[in-house]
Amino acid sequence: MNTSPFFIKPTPLQVVMFKVALALVPAIAVYTYSFGIGVLVQITLATITALATEAFCLKLRSYPIKPFVTDGSAIVTAWLMALSFPPLAPWWMIVVAAAISIALAKHMYGGLGQNTFNPAMVGFAIMIVSFPAQMSRWAAPFGVLPQSLDWSAQLSWIFTGHLPAGLAFDAVASATPLDTVKTQLMQHASMSHIFQSPLFGAIGGIGTEWITAAYLLGGLYLLWQKLIPWQIPVTFLAVLGGVAGIFHLVDPTHYTSPLFHWFSGAAMLGAFFIVTDPVTGPTTPLGRVIFAALIGLLTYLIRVFGGYPDGIAFAVLIMNLAAPFIDQYTQPAVFGRKGKQKKAGAQS
Amino acid sequence: MMISRQEVRDISHNGVWKQNPGVVQILGMCPTLAMTTSVVNGASLGIATALVMACSGAAVALLRQFVPNELRNPIYILIIAAVVTIVQLAMNAYMHALYNVLGIFIPLIVTNCIVLARAEAFASKNGVIQSGLDGFMMGIGGTVVLAILGGIREVLGKGTLLSGIDLVFGASAKSWVIHVIPADLNYQFLFMILPPGAFIGLGLLVAGKAALDRRAAEAARRREAETSTPLAA
Repeated sequence: MNTSPFFIKPTPLQVVMFKVALALVPAIAVYTYSFGIGVLVQITLATITALATEAFCLKLRSYPIKPFVTDGSAIVTAWLMALSFPPLAPWWMIVVAAAISIALAKHMYGGLGQNTFNPAMVGFAIMIVSFPAQMSRWAAPFGVLPQSLDWSAQLSWIFTGHLPAGLAFDAVASATPLDTVKTQLMQHASMSHIFQSPLFGAIGGIGTEWITAAYLLGGLYLLWQKLIPWQIPVTFLAVLGGVAGIFHLVDPTHYTSPLFHWFSGAAMLGAFFIVTDPVTGPTTPLGRVIFAALIGLLTYLIRVFGGYPDGIAFAVLIMNLAAPFIDQYTQPAVFGRKGKQKKAGAQS
Repeated sequence: MMISRQEVRDISHNGVWKQNPGVVQILGMCPTLAMTTSVVNGASLGIATALVMACSGAAVALLRQFVPNELRNPIYILIIAAVVTIVQLAMNAYMHALYNVLGIFIPLIVTNCIVLARAEAFASKNGVIQSGLDGFMMGIGGTVVLAILGGIREVLGKGTLLSGIDLVFGASAKSWVIHVIPADLNYQFLFMILPPGAFIGLGLLVAGKAALDRRAAEAARRREAETSTPLAA
């Protein structure tokens, strides 16, 4: 039997999650192309751990395991977290992070749809707070330094911490573009000098600018599929770029351009895949705009004036905390109510 | 001024379990969260607090007839502050290393709201012995929570137990430190040592206590049902 045509069937969660994962595929491909097999290893480890933790927690809470494990939400969490990790981080870090994020940030709050904080960002934040050294140790993308690690060397580094003879990690390591700009500026290097480094491409870092462009592509697909409201990424990017633009206009020797901020770090990943999380953000239209705008502002402040190389994770977590509060004060007027309120206001 | 055995049992049960300051009343959170980076830190601050609470409870009960109702809070605070000063000076003299580690949190016992809460809620209405016992048992309840929370954070954060025990028992106690995770692995998980670890650990303890209570209540109900069914039938 068919339902009436005006009934809109909600898209099953599985389909939504599949499409989100699909939207991440181009970025994963570009990421792997410029940083090597480590990216795929991190994603695989995160996915396996997240699914195992999910099943374990569901069993503890005596929930049906199969429908919840196969809904794909744990996989998307795992992928988002793995994509924010350095590709050559030791294997146990992503495993611990995935287990904590599913058990602590998701199931302890009541499971799917109940979590206050974005689980992927909780896992990332816990790790960067606990292991700042390992979490900011990135290998340079291929083609920047004379030496690089092939896939077997990468696997050996991730799983055993050893490299083939004659190779040192320092020889292939490099700070991320955001980190480089920050530390070099602290040493009073001029902006044009910094951007002459082989690490930088046309707008962002070599390799990383294409990865962020691939996130943008995936994000546009999500917009086209109407899976995310356009207001969130647009507001977030507008505020991030706007604040960066003001600083850049006032003092271009110390502040990088909006384009650099858009195409570095996790800006695009955050804009389309993390800030748009429907569970941990506000639900009202105005609330979403405020939420995304403040995340954009906080991201810029943490990036430029904070101690961590990128600010998306902390900005998102702080605003997750504020989301219920924003929701409460941005409730749209009930239909027909607004006029009455105005009249009452005029009388008093 | 006597105390019956039943009273001792009730006051002790109240302090250690039923109204535990750490996981039921959630009072005195500042030291609970800040000083529980290891078992030794947590337990020693807990014992110091228990001593203060026992003495201040007895003192407040002793003086309660002479304290004008309108001025009771400042007077209680003065009494507590006097006791804390004694404990502080004694620790500085006999356990100087530990005193240095606990630092500002020893004088801050004055402002620990569980101390004033018991003076107000119990000692101002009960006898000297009862009040002293109540303060001590509340302090022990807090100490247990501080020690367990300290243990959780120490094991997960540093992989050891009883680190810093030499601050209490002298340098010869250094070998008492238990390395749950072998020392040569250089294990460290900073998150548990930092404040978020304290909040998460305390949250788990509160939940754990509630779960145990619920299980006990269910068991009691089942026992009751078992004993009452033959009568009903």
